[in-house]
Amino acid sequence: MVVFDNISKSFGNNVVIQNLNLNIKRGQFAVLIGPSGCGKTTSLRMINRLIEPTEGTILVDEQDVSKVNPVDLRRRIGYVIQQIGLFPNMTIEQNIEVVPKLLGWPKEKRRERVRELLEMVGMNPLQYCNRYPSELSGGQQQRVGVLRALAVSPPLLLMDEPFGALDPITRETLQDEIKKLQTDLGITIVFVTHDIDEAVKLADIIILMKDGKVIQAAPPEELLSNPAGDFVREFIGKKRLRANYDVDLVREIMNAKVFTVTKSKGFAESISLMRQRNVDSLIVTDDDGKFEGVIPVEKLREIAGKKVINTIGEIQPEKITTINLNAQAREAFDTILQEKLPYLIVVDSKNKVRGLVTKTSLVKALAGAVWGDNADDE
Amino acid sequence: MMNDFLATLHSNWDRLVGAFGAHVQIALTAVAFGAMIAVPLGIALTRYPKIGQKVIAVLSILQTIPSMVMFGILLPFTGIGRPTAIIALTLYSILPILRNTYTGISDVSDSYIDAGKGMGMNGRQILFRVELPIALPVIVTGIRISSVYIISWATVATIVGGGGLGDIIFIGVARHNHAMILMGAIPASLLAITTSFIVGRIAKAVTPRGLRRERAR
Repeated sequence: MVVFDNISKSFGNNVVIQNLNLNIKRGQFAVLIGPSGCGKTTSLRMINRLIEPTEGTILVDEQDVSKVNPVDLRRRIGYVIQQIGLFPNMTIEQNIEVVPKLLGWPKEKRRERVRELLEMVGMNPLQYCNRYPSELSGGQQQRVGVLRALAVSPPLLLMDEPFGALDPITRETLQDEIKKLQTDLGITIVFVTHDIDEAVKLADIIILMKDGKVIQAAPPEELLSNPAGDFVREFIGKKRLRANYDVDLVREIMNAKVFTVTKSKGFAESISLMRQRNVDSLIVTDDDGKFEGVIPVEKLREIAGKKVINTIGEIQPEKITTINLNAQAREAFDTILQEKLPYLIVVDSKNKVRGLVTKTSLVKALAGAVWGDNADDE
Repeated sequence: MMNDFLATLHSNWDRLVGAFGAHVQIALTAVAFGAMIAVPLGIALTRYPKIGQKVIAVLSILQTIPSMVMFGILLPFTGIGRPTAIIALTLYSILPILRNTYTGISDVSDSYIDAGKGMGMNGRQILFRVELPIALPVIVTGIRISSVYIISWATVATIVGGGGLGDIIFIGVARHNHAMILMGAIPASLLAITTSFIVGRIAKAVTPRGLRRERAR
């Protein structure tokens, strides 16, 4: 579908692309990726002749693009940019029908196509047709940007960091949508990004570039399992290692909302508090908040049956293991696992109670390490 | 004083109406010609930004030539009469419109141009469908600034026999007749204020709805 045959490009003495050869097959989702200045955007813009190569030929659909009128060529190729570029003076409908209008489609056909496209991404045409881009969220705007590029069903779509400016959740949604559109419509997409996660998620083939050369062109699985050289390994690794839990501290993973009672607290009151909070042991501190020990609910019941108790201080609490809040999280986990504790009390250097590490904290932190989420938010 | 003024107004009413009409005609013609020259020139200059800045700088210097001097330069070529006044005022009206056209078009975000080009618009389509609609409010504001200038400067047209409200003011000055001076000056001011208001409304009306919102943000 898209072939780069020995393409070179220089701006003055500055060589941007060197003897680039590429073969992107029909129906492929090809992602160009690399550090900034690697020539990925330049390569993309040469396909629809927004930039002309210094040497070599580019074939689109077996046709030498330099022999096609650039304006005609561009109308046949969809184009989506990071800044979205919806025309602010036009409504959503007018934006989507730009290319159909350029190609002289009759009004009815254009209207119908706009409605069809909006429905395809779950946007109600009645609601959105007459709105202006400034009235839409960034995600909706880029959705329309994609529809605008698809208006005349081009077999090839060029996307230049289309989701780079969107928030992470919207980005994920639009990635899913574009992947689905590409599969459903069977179109070829050339996609530029600097986000390796995005590339791995979307690509059939990842083309990793550096200094105007292709370092490795391979399907994502192969790129990850068999990186060609240190640069590739470093490029993948640096971006994919999102969380390093060896360096996390107890204070970052603990639950700080901990229920404690002082020794002077009334017995009956403590019992009712325990019921309310649904906890099964009391964490007892002295009046300064220093840790004294814990009283499990069974012990409370046992003692309460034998004699009259006025304050918590009259019961001897059990000493249990604590951990300093600046200790390594791994240490807390090891302690919990080895001593088979339900939880671990976190204290500061003055032995004041600051939080709890539970098995839930452990699971969350592990999940975070695996999927890259924040483990410390409740 | 007030009675004096009303009496002068009454006895000179026909003269005032004629002068007012001439004033409007001179100013309007000058601004219209000015816009006809400045808008295309301003657009052309955006295509050559290196020259563009220089041309605007040179024109800014021309703008500072006092009108008396300008009339002096033109008189040998165009003689006494309204054409000389209109030519001089046209020259003065060019710069504000040119500058706003140039700025308005240059300020259209590159992403719109890139999107338009990438979708297969040719240069003319990008100009008329994207650049001009987005820049239009700024261009009309230039015309508004120009109109206000030219209406006030048109009072000087009288010294080359151009007519207009300047005639009445200069008669008043020559005769030490304050009522007469006011009779010329007040309509000229009112005309400038009204025009500024009307053209301001036009600028609002030509702002695409989508842009009004964007600017409001």
